[in-house]
Amino acid sequence: MTALLELDRLNVTFHGEQTIHAINDLSLRLEQGEMLVLLGESGSGKSVTLKTLLRLLPPARSRVQGGITVNGADILALSGRKLQEYRGGEVSMVFQEPALALDPVYRIGDQIAEAVRRKKGVSRAEARATALDMLRRVRIPSPERRMSNFPHELSGGMRQRAMIALALACRPRLLLADEPTTALDATVQIQILLLLRELQKEFGMGVIFVTHDIGVAVEISDRIAVMYAGQIIEEGSTHEIIRDPRHPYTQGLLAANLHDAAPGERLEAIPGVPPALDAKPVACSFSPRCPHAQPGCRADLPPVVSLGPRRHVSCLLAQQDIAAQ
Amino acid sequence: MTPEPLPDTLPDIGGPAQPLVTCRDLRKHFPVKGGILGRQVATVHAVDGVSFEVRKGETLGIVGESGCGKSTTARLLIGLIPPDQGEIIFDGRQLGEELSLRELRRGIQMVFQDSYASLNPRLTVEDSIAFGPRINGLDRPVERARDMMARVGLEPARFAGRYPHEMSGGQRQRVNIARALAMSPRLVVLDEAVSALDKSVEAQVLNLLNELRRDLGLTYVFISHDLNVVRYISDRVLVMYLGEVVEIGPVDEVYAAQAHPYTASLFAAMPSMDPDRRTLVPPLSGDPPNPIDPPAGCRFHTRCRYGEPICATTKPVLRSFGESRAHCAACHIHDPASGHSLSGKDFMPQGLPR
Repeated sequence: MTALLELDRLNVTFHGEQTIHAINDLSLRLEQGEMLVLLGESGSGKSVTLKTLLRLLPPARSRVQGGITVNGADILALSGRKLQEYRGGEVSMVFQEPALALDPVYRIGDQIAEAVRRKKGVSRAEARATALDMLRRVRIPSPERRMSNFPHELSGGMRQRAMIALALACRPRLLLADEPTTALDATVQIQILLLLRELQKEFGMGVIFVTHDIGVAVEISDRIAVMYAGQIIEEGSTHEIIRDPRHPYTQGLLAANLHDAAPGERLEAIPGVPPALDAKPVACSFSPRCPHAQPGCRADLPPVVSLGPRRHVSCLLAQQDIAAQ
Repeated sequence: MTPEPLPDTLPDIGGPAQPLVTCRDLRKHFPVKGGILGRQVATVHAVDGVSFEVRKGETLGIVGESGCGKSTTARLLIGLIPPDQGEIIFDGRQLGEELSLRELRRGIQMVFQDSYASLNPRLTVEDSIAFGPRINGLDRPVERARDMMARVGLEPARFAGRYPHEMSGGQRQRVNIARALAMSPRLVVLDEAVSALDKSVEAQVLNLLNELRRDLGLTYVFISHDLNVVRYISDRVLVMYLGEVVEIGPVDEVYAAQAHPYTASLFAAMPSMDPDRRTLVPPLSGDPPNPIDPPAGCRFHTRCRYGEPICATTKPVLRSFGESRAHCAACHIHDPASGHSLSGKDFMPQGLPR
């Protein structure tokens, strides 16, 4: 079976007053119906990856190189009407701030119905019926009444549910979720996470979920890919990443989560800050902050070490470990 | 090591047994204006009868969801907004009676969430930090600023002349901490001070805050929505819901067993960090109600799985229960005389439905 999504040595650079190398040689494969979390800190390239997938980056200011295929189709070759059909049809997106992503002057029901009519070419009545059905599926109470509400009349959690209903109304094969729960309260966040997990099973779609919160990643993911400086530095199943992290950065992130830190004890913080991406990395991007860095880490790009099927880590140490065995 | 306070710190008047800050029945309502005449159409009950103490040398964590009044409480505490009602007593002296606002600000300083918005973009780091000491007439403001920069881990020679936009978020938050400390406060209010930082940087700043507290004998009020961070840094924790205190107690006791149904749900909503023990049912449904029109009786009764008729009519008071004197909750379950069917049975609420 073809993979749902394949990224092959993707590179994204932004050109302005200075050049930013946002994504550097990123390769990734997502199977049908999988829930993958892209985990990373601000500036690691998570959101840029999603926007590149939807071809949302400004063409005049950005350059995309490499391969993107969704269900075997070359996405970088799409243009005009084909691209419009792809966006929101095959692949859809949920944003962090639903208050900004929804149109404030249209009623919720009309916004969803409009998307359905455009993509599926059904009648007005059918589109409204689909919209109502979607509001019901995302468990918005009294959906008939909510159809005619404006976004500002809904609470934060309800708005995010409406956003999810809109994104899923055309039954995409792949859903991109960009920190959809970050702006929500804790008791609402868990409701949305559980809802997404359920809808993913029900619709059998693939999901790429971007977050900086390891706890959220553990709650929702089948697989986790950890990003740093525009690269995936470690990838594996949720169990593998949480139980047996191999990259020093992943280990540092897990330690910084405070989940089992004793009150008041000194935390093992990763020193320093992430690199500025004004040049394409020629060595391991993490080496300036890495407690185990060796001369070899600063001289060359780290090798991509395969630890098992679909389990990779980009680290010289991991290669040495394997050689030592 | 005994803590060594910063020079010019206000003297300890009441001794160690006296709380550093006592808040009594603080109330703050904000008017909502509407219509073409701009008349008041509704009231936001932001903080509604909040009382608590901050003891000398402790860290009090305040947790709650957005709109519960955490930040309004912090702003009342340092006198950024005047309360509609209630008293603030700093080391035995009441604000507005024996203590002026200017003196209070020598004793209490604050660090905000947005490190960039809270610094003047046109002042260098050194000028920003020296500004407070200078206008308050403390000696040698510039040396003081450089000393504070060194304490928060910013090399004065490298950073003194920089502007806020030339620094990273973590470095800017260090500047804000240095600026707060430059006034030699006894209490620092940290309002979501690490929430905007990346996890790896957050750990660095938490280490710094712990060191400063130990070395300088500071007291913190630490406001956050992240329960892991609050558990790590606090001695006691106070939980707020819709402008009221629902539970307060020592961190270990509250984290081991929550006494208020809301606190229990809040803790159950924390991601588990164990892929084999994921949350299966959401602990609460729906969003918190609007603080414009809070429910009568217990404000949590509309979402509470233990709600009974008494909860909708009578407001529970904050009281200690069982053996523990320090652990208090505002719930009819813990009041044997309330008439709630679970009261008087040492029942502890569960966060998840069974």
